Amino acid sequence: MGSGFKARRGGGVIAQFEPAEAAILRSLVTMVLGLIEPGQASDDPLERALGIGSSEAPSDPVLARLFPSAYEDEEEAAEFRRYTETSLREAKRADAQTMLDTAKAGRTELTPEQAQAWLRSLNDVRLTLGTRLEVTEEVHEEIATMSEDDPRYPAFVMYDWLTYLQDTLVRALW
Amino acid sequence: MGSTAPIAVERPSSDVRPDLPWVTIVWNDPVNLMSYVTYVFQTVFGYTREKAEKLMLDVHHKGKAVVSSGTREEMERDVQILHSYGLWATLQQDTVH
Repeated sequence: MGSGFKARRGGGVIAQFEPAEAAILRSLVTMVLGLIEPGQASDDPLERALGIGSSEAPSDPVLARLFPSAYEDEEEAAEFRRYTETSLREAKRADAQTMLDTAKAGRTELTPEQAQAWLRSLNDVRLTLGTRLEVTEEVHEEIATMSEDDPRYPAFVMYDWLTYLQDTLVRALW
Repeated sequence: MGSTAPIAVERPSSDVRPDLPWVTIVWNDPVNLMSYVTYVFQTVFGYTREKAEKLMLDVHHKGKAVVSSGTREEMERDVQILHSYGLWATLQQDTVH
């Protein structure tokens, strides 16, 4: 048994999943891909070519968490976002795509680069789910006392499992 | 021709000191794991595990920590990398301690 990640001789990690687990991971990362649309460049072709995008902070709490403001000052934050958010979107989408392509049942060898993509993307999945569920730092204890009839229960259990996976991945890479 | 003589520039009255370096700050959040945050500090900044762990604990207990300092451009780059790892990072000019 033992789903999760192990260090691989010569770098990278070995991922091990049951078919149902791999299917859940693919479906979750597909959800994140759907959420992070490709960089919405401006109408100006030159600005588009330079990767200049929107300067507005996302109103959706998940997107606001995935793309936080870099400055407390609103104007400075907008300017920074305009020049960086498009490339950050592309980077997150590329990571998510790597995870989607390599989340398979059984044993999968991941290169160091693929493992880094998994690390970031798995975290994006957790940030997405955690923000939607409004988790607190006591989430693990909360689940332990939560009724199994609670409609939030399955999502919280899934979140807890992703936390476990993320931790095994960090430890496999250390 | 433009004069090279220095001209007096009216400075906005604020406590911003142009000679102070900029800092990158990471804020606490309930999702990012302690192990993950430590690993990211080691990977992104090349810090020792000991230093990375201390910074992670500062973030965890104090709500935030200064994780790097330098020029504004360098801090903008650090913030961008930390955002790619999903950490909640901001930059600002360092304030007088």
